[in-house]
Formats: sequence, structure tokens, C-alpha cells
Amino acid sequence: MAVTVQRPKLNWRERMYLPAIAAGLAITIKHFKNMLFGRTKVTMQYPEEKWDSSLPDHYRGAPALVRDEEGRVRCVACQLCEFICPPRAIKIIPGEIPSTDRFAKVEKYPEEFDIDMIRCIFCGMCEEVCPEQAIFLRKDYAITGFTRADMVHHKEKLLEIGGVMHGVVLKWNEKK
Amino acid sequence: MTYFFITSLLKIVGILFVVILPMVSYSVYAERRVSAFIQDRQGPNRVGPAGLFQPIADMFKLLLKEDFTPRNVNTFYYWLAPCLAVMPAIITIAVVPFGSTLFGVPMVIADINVGILYVFAIASLGVYGIVLAGWASNSKYPFLGGVRSSSQMISYELSLGLAVIPIFLLVGSLRLTSVVRYQIEHGWFIAPFIGDWMNPWKWLLAIPMVLSFVVFAIAIFAETNRLPFDLPEAEQELAGGYNTEYSSMKFALFFLGEYAAMITGSAIMVTLFFGGWHLPLPSWHGGFHWALVDGSAPGWRGVIGGLFNIATFFAKVAVVIFVFMWVRWTLPRFRYDQLMRLGWLFFFEIALVNIFIVAGIIAFLPS
Repeated sequence: MAVTVQRPKLNWRERMYLPAIAAGLAITIKHFKNMLFGRTKVTMQYPEEKWDSSLPDHYRGAPALVRDEEGRVRCVACQLCEFICPPRAIKIIPGEIPSTDRFAKVEKYPEEFDIDMIRCIFCGMCEEVCPEQAIFLRKDYAITGFTRADMVHHKEKLLEIGGVMHGVVLKWNEKK
Repeated sequence: MTYFFITSLLKIVGILFVVILPMVSYSVYAERRVSAFIQDRQGPNRVGPAGLFQPIADMFKLLLKEDFTPRNVNTFYYWLAPCLAVMPAIITIAVVPFGSTLFGVPMVIADINVGILYVFAIASLGVYGIVLAGWASNSKYPFLGGVRSSSQMISYELSLGLAVIPIFLLVGSLRLTSVVRYQIEHGWFIAPFIGDWMNPWKWLLAIPMVLSFVVFAIAIFAETNRLPFDLPEAEQELAGGYNTEYSSMKFALFFLGEYAAMITGSAIMVTLFFGGWHLPLPSWHGGFHWALVDGSAPGWRGVIGGLFNIATFFAKVAVVIFVFMWVRWTLPRFRYDQLMRLGWLFFFEIALVNIFIVAGIIAFLPS
């Protein structure tokens, strides 16, 4: 059914249209002026300003392997993270620690540890599952590369991102 | 004769390649920055300091894109249209006095005695570019754009012409340099502070002048296809209007034409209503009066004066261009029946009555 919408009655000032135009121009020039004198808050200018300093501690960036205070790679290549990883981004090839070694009781170490950052969904399950507190999600978020191969983080890269983390070390500790 | 030829050539090259074309590319940049600032954004600020090299990057982009001609277009007119869009805007500037004199050479390319008629005659040709583009593209939306463009032209052209008649009633000549001379002696048309500015008759005359300025300004907005009258373009309704089927440098020519037309329109407006290149400086030598700075002084003072006049002119043009942009980012688009109504029912009458008022005042003016 057709509905006739009543047009609003305009007084002569509104019908003249020019006062409304002037009001509109006043509003836009106000915005222009505020912007010109830097009184308007704008978006962060990304490459110059970064939000790194204001990232919260629980931020989930790139997963990385960490070393302990004594510089040992904490990972014992138990492969739990590889198993839990939902997109199967993690690939570990464990190596055996020879029985003559001081840390022979640890048994395994990661010979290769790759995380495919194209697959990684930053869910943090690897960090949750790790019994050795060896893998952590750090604050790196701008992960780039020119090829697919570039986007795979190898062990060295992971250790470089990870750095040193303090905490309870279970298996590598000699007392336990 | 040779001297005249060489100076004219220098002026043409100078004004076109040193002033107008850079001004066009930088008004595109300015448009993007101004629109951004009005909308609380930053705008292009990546290329060079504060994004100042953006026009150069744009130029490379447009030059390097594929120059594609669709299969079903009328090729001849399709290629002709961009040229027709850009040419009138650039050749109109020929009669506009953009400075007083420099080294004794008058700073106007062609000081012809039909100045404003020439401007209207050539500037209206700009519509052909748009109509041809719309028709030759063989596509719905460009066609609608072209049709709108012609319907728009018949609605503003008349009031545009009538609005400037009061000026020529006063000046008594169509030559644009005479218009500027008159304003130097009697004050700018919309602010007649110079000469015998205490004279009430003169202020009485200023009222119809402001009226005719408003009509002229609005008609110029329509002439240059700027919002609120950018009906042929109308990105939102017509997907870009007449230039939908164009790409690369041909599209850039339409763009260039639009901005060149805006610069020319502003230049005409400045010449007719804001005293052209004239900027009075206050002087206290022997009592207060407005001192005239121009290129007639001998030696380096004359050169400085001439350059000052040119700078003044283009500064005024820049301010008017800013107003164009300011209005564009404030007002929504008119429907074209509204524009026709506005043109035929209001501005035509206002301009016509205005002429009679000015004529009446001049008739009773105690000279």
C-alpha cells in the first residue's frame, strides 16, 4: 500500500537554504582547523609509531623457543606441541643426547624445530601444553617474507625471537 | 613584432608549464589533504615530506597504466573527448591578467577587447568533452553523465552570463585588464574600500555586486562540475559518470581538465570580483592612503613589484580553490531537476533584476 509521507513544513529561513549551507561550512572548517593544529586524535601512523610499548603481557605474537638462565635450550623435543598444534604448523625432528653427556637423562633435544608462520594461528596451545616451559608466544607480530620458505621459522630464528626466559626448569635441572 | 612573439611565447610556456600544470597536480594533492582534514583523517602523507611528492607518483602511475580502448566505443570521439575536456580550461587562461607588468611586458597572454565573451565562449566548450565522452563510450552510465552535463549547462550558463553584466555596466569595457584597472581605482567590486570609499552611493552599489558575486560563484561551481553540482560525474549514482570507460592517461586528462577548469574559474572570479592581481598596501607617507604596488617602478623595484603582483594573483586563486574544496566536502549533491529549478527560477531572475538595479543606480549616480 502506498504511503504518502508528509513533507515537513519549512519556514522561510530553512527554505532559503543558505543559512544551512553556512552552518555546514562552519562545521567542516572547524574540523579542518582542529586537524591543522593537531587537536584531532587520528589513527596511529603505523610504521613511524608502533604499539609495541603498550602491548599487554598476555599478547599472543609469534611462538618462539627460549633459553634458560644458563643458556640451555629448554626444549626437550617431547613433541607435545607438534601434536597439539591445530594447524600443524610445528615440525620437530628430535635428536638423541648421547649417554656420555652430562645431560644424558634429558634423552632428547630438538635437532630441527620449524614453525611454519603461514600456518600458525597464534592460538598459544603450544605454550600451554609445553611441560618444560620451552615455547612461548612473544610479542612479534610483523612477520614477513618474500617466499613461502622465508615464512618458516627455523630453530635459530625461533631462539633469536625467544631470547632468555626465567622460570622453573624441570628436566634440564640436575636435581630433578 | 619579434619581441612581441618571443615574450608571448615565454608567457604561454611560463604560465602553462610553470604555473597552471603544477597547480593542477598540486590542487589534486590539496584536494585529498583538505578532504582528509575535514573528515578527521591524514590524507596522503607517505611520498616525500608531508606527501608532497604524491602528484609525481600519481603521474607515473597514470602514465604507466595500460591505455585501454574498449571494443564497442566510437573510437574517434572516444579519443577526442579527453582533449576537448582539457583544452578549453587551459586556453581560457589566456585572457586573464595574472600580473601587472614585468620588465615592461604586460602580464596577460592575450589582452583582447572581448575578454569575458571569449572566456564564456571557450569555457562552455568544456561540456562537449563530457557529452562526447558519454556518448562515445557506448555505455549506460557515461551516457547518463553526458545527458546530465548538457542539462546542467543549459541551467547555469544563462545566469553565469547575466551575473557579470553589472560589472561591465560599471567598467564600460569587456577587456579584463580594464576590469582590474577599474578595481584598482575604485576598490574591489565586493569590497570597495579604495578611492572615495565614504561615498554612500558606492556602498549602495556594493549590495547588487555581492548578489551578483553569489550568483556568479554558484554558476561557476556548476560550470566546473564541482559539488554540489557534479551531476555528470556523480560517483555514487553513475559509477564515475562520463569517465567510467576511460583509463590511464585519458582518464587523467579528464581529471586534469576538471582541475584546470577549477583554476580558470577561480582566476576569472578573482579577476572580476577580487581585484585581480591588485593588493593595496597601507602607506603613511603624507597621510594614510592605499599604496599601489606594480611593475611600473624603475629598476629592481619594478621587478619586485611585478613578481609581487603575480604572487598576489595566484595566492588569491589558491584561496578561492580552497573554498571550492571546502564547499565540495561540505555539501551533498543536488538532483538535476533541483539544479534546473535553481538556475531558471531563482538565479536567472536574481541576475536579471540585479542588472536593472545596477543600471538604475548608475543612472542616478552623481558622478
